Amino acid sequence: MSEAITTPAGEPPAALEPVSAHRTERFEQRLKARYAQERRFKALGLAAISFSVLVLILLLGNMLLNGIGGFQRAELSVEVDFVQSGLQAPTSGATAAETMRSLDEQGLRSVVYRAAQQSLGAAGADQLNSEAWREIAATIHTNPAILTRKELLSLPASADLSAGYSGEGTREMQELASELVARDLLRKSLDIGFLERSDATDPQLAGIWGALKGSVLTMLVTFLLAFPIGIMAALYLEEYAPKNRWTDFLEVSINNLAAVPSIIFGLLGLFFLMTAFPTLRSTPIIAGVTLALMTMPVIVISGRNAIKAVPPSIRDGALAVGASPVQVVFHHVLPLALPGMLTGTIIGMARALGETAPLILIGLRAFVATPPEGFTSAATVLPVQIFLWSDEIDRGFVERTSAAIIVLLIVLLLMNGLAIYLRNKFEKSW
Amino acid sequence: MVLGLALAGWLSARSRAWTLRANSGRRLASLPNYHGWYVGLWIFIPTVLFVVVWDAISPGLVLQSVLGGPSADGLPALDSARLDALREARAVATGALASTTNPDALPMIAPFSDALAQYRWIGIALTVIIAGAAGAWSYLRLKPEFGARTRVERVIMAVLILASLVAVFSTFGILASLIFETFRFFEMVSPLDFLFGTFWSPDPMANPENPDPTRYGAIPLFWGTLLIGAVIAMIVAIPIGMMSAIYLTQYAHPRFRAWAKPALEILAGVPTVVYGYFAALTVAPMIRDLALSVGIANASSESALAAGLVMGVMIIPFVSSMADDSIAAVPQAMRDGSLAMGATTSETIKLVLVPAALPGIVGGVMLAISRAIGETMIVVMAASTAANLSANPLDSMTTVTVQIVAMLTGEGSFDHPATLSAFALGFILFLVTLALNFVALSVVKRYREAYE
Repeated sequence: MSEAITTPAGEPPAALEPVSAHRTERFEQRLKARYAQERRFKALGLAAISFSVLVLILLLGNMLLNGIGGFQRAELSVEVDFVQSGLQAPTSGATAAETMRSLDEQGLRSVVYRAAQQSLGAAGADQLNSEAWREIAATIHTNPAILTRKELLSLPASADLSAGYSGEGTREMQELASELVARDLLRKSLDIGFLERSDATDPQLAGIWGALKGSVLTMLVTFLLAFPIGIMAALYLEEYAPKNRWTDFLEVSINNLAAVPSIIFGLLGLFFLMTAFPTLRSTPIIAGVTLALMTMPVIVISGRNAIKAVPPSIRDGALAVGASPVQVVFHHVLPLALPGMLTGTIIGMARALGETAPLILIGLRAFVATPPEGFTSAATVLPVQIFLWSDEIDRGFVERTSAAIIVLLIVLLLMNGLAIYLRNKFEKSW
Repeated sequence: MVLGLALAGWLSARSRAWTLRANSGRRLASLPNYHGWYVGLWIFIPTVLFVVVWDAISPGLVLQSVLGGPSADGLPALDSARLDALREARAVATGALASTTNPDALPMIAPFSDALAQYRWIGIALTVIIAGAAGAWSYLRLKPEFGARTRVERVIMAVLILASLVAVFSTFGILASLIFETFRFFEMVSPLDFLFGTFWSPDPMANPENPDPTRYGAIPLFWGTLLIGAVIAMIVAIPIGMMSAIYLTQYAHPRFRAWAKPALEILAGVPTVVYGYFAALTVAPMIRDLALSVGIANASSESALAAGLVMGVMIIPFVSSMADDSIAAVPQAMRDGSLAMGATTSETIKLVLVPAALPGIVGGVMLAISRAIGETMIVVMAASTAANLSANPLDSMTTVTVQIVAMLTGEGSFDHPATLSAFALGFILFLVTLALNFVALSVVKRYREAYE
């Protein structure tokens, strides 16, 4: 204030003066403090975001690091001389199981064991996986011609030797592993079979095909139930339902259903298993129905948003040229809202695919060594398989678990990517 | 087959409608397609109903006719052996079983397959008759002025209403099953012991007739659930989720936002079993080692802290998007006014935006808590099953959801109080989450309306 008064007359007014009357020492300090606070606040926000991103990187990196080992397995090189073995190829047209039985009766196991002794020595041959002969039998089934030659085969090692190779397990195994590696007989190689086999007690032989197939069957049931019902409920609530207490009740129950913890749906499914359908325990059909009840409210809510986005002028236009209310919805509103509904459905299905807790309750945690044949045969699903393997202490299973997680995350990523693609491709601004 | 019949009805009715139109020389009241649908539905719905009923009653009819035959006299008198023989004979007759070694079942196979074949033919004949009758009746009603469309549309509306009732049915199904089993549990263990007891250690192997009510005190479970889900997880999720939302909406450069937002969305899309694995394998050992290195000797490797922290991370995207929505709903004029008065951006956020958005944020936090206490996989994999009543987050603790899974995946029978206690726990969980959601949604709704 005092400065302003002492300004000589005739000078230009304070408007051009950069330093105004208010900028006292204390003011400057306060301003500095406020700006510092502003910077601190902003940095805090950045830190919060960075924390989330960091955790995400840590989580994905962790899975990736462990999971790469899960897509590989320790394999031994064994030279098998099929000509000398005298094994007979089964008649053409035999099934894989028949071939396997026939070769087993002809002594394939001992042929393999002797070949392993020659290639690897006695100690190494003992560490050939006890189920290795099955893989040879499968190879012979697809390609009987190898029975007429000498073949250098890559066969799975035992779980013990595999642990020794990774620097764990007993001392003898570690020594044996390093010796075999030095002779170039043992190495880790890419294990395509991981995607083709089913659960096993031996991590070297475990695969996820059974769980993957179970997931596909379960999702099929979920989709066939939740999608039509969800879409129809959304259409009714958004287009036809009168505004009254009954409709409010419908809406409240759908919104609440969307927020009920997933494990409660497991209890519901279990109750029906206990009382009505005891034979369906741990089958894809009951899992699919349970997940459908859980997914349906999500589809209804997203479907209603998609319907709301269709402008009223479309409806008015159709009504004006004489369409009935049902025709308006099924000929005009539904086709326009469908991409949005599909997006919501895919997101809901992705959530259902990763769901574990309710399925554990309805018995999908059983050990299932063969892929399910249909909707009513015992099955497991991918996330439950991950949960089951995570309980195993074997180092081999730790890697397999991470590998299974990577597969699950890739599937989820693809589903979400598809949803985003659909949204971007069909999104219209009216 | 039913679909084939319906299709035939649809095709013939449609072509009849076309000829009607050609013959009468004027437009029909409904399009020919609707006439087709009308007849098709008339065939489809009664026959499907009949097939369902027939599937339910025909096994009983088959059994009756087999028991009435002469070969039934050779059956053993003992009930269980008799049922076994009948079941095996039936399985062989239907082809579900290749052969049987049960001597009692062998003579029954032929009568069973005879009766099955007989009733199958009866069923098919009845289906065709019903379809034919319904089809003929509806077909004869087709006339140029017949309003097939309105009738078909009435069916469509009924189907739509039925679909929207599914949600109500499943809500009632959940309530009924939980209440039913909880009631059975409370017949064995008094509700007072359950709700206020402080010792939880059900023994699934104990005699189910005479359970020890002192082992069913659920207070330690409620405490563990609250500590992990409502305290530790929220200490992580609320500040980080809020600050993330504030930074992304108020400060971030659009290009940065384009990267950071999907990252948060990925975090939200990671399945909980993956979080659980991460918590058990990475975070829990890390926390124990950290605790040991600062001299806390009795830190558990299944500590409540590890599960709570990871659960907090899981909830961050949820809190962030709720806060984002609430802040976005605050009118722009309030923000502009504050900035015009010379407040810095952070002052505007802290003194204007957040207080104005507070009801929405509180509602969002309540929804987040309801999610956290219902979350299962993280705690199943990372927390322990031992019930401890302790305030130390480094102790092992258990939650309601962990115990539901533990009680239902054990060896106990479905009639055992230990198994039934899972339903009682589920019922309480359902009630609490329901109450939280209900209050939260009404708070958020009222808040939205205040600014609209």
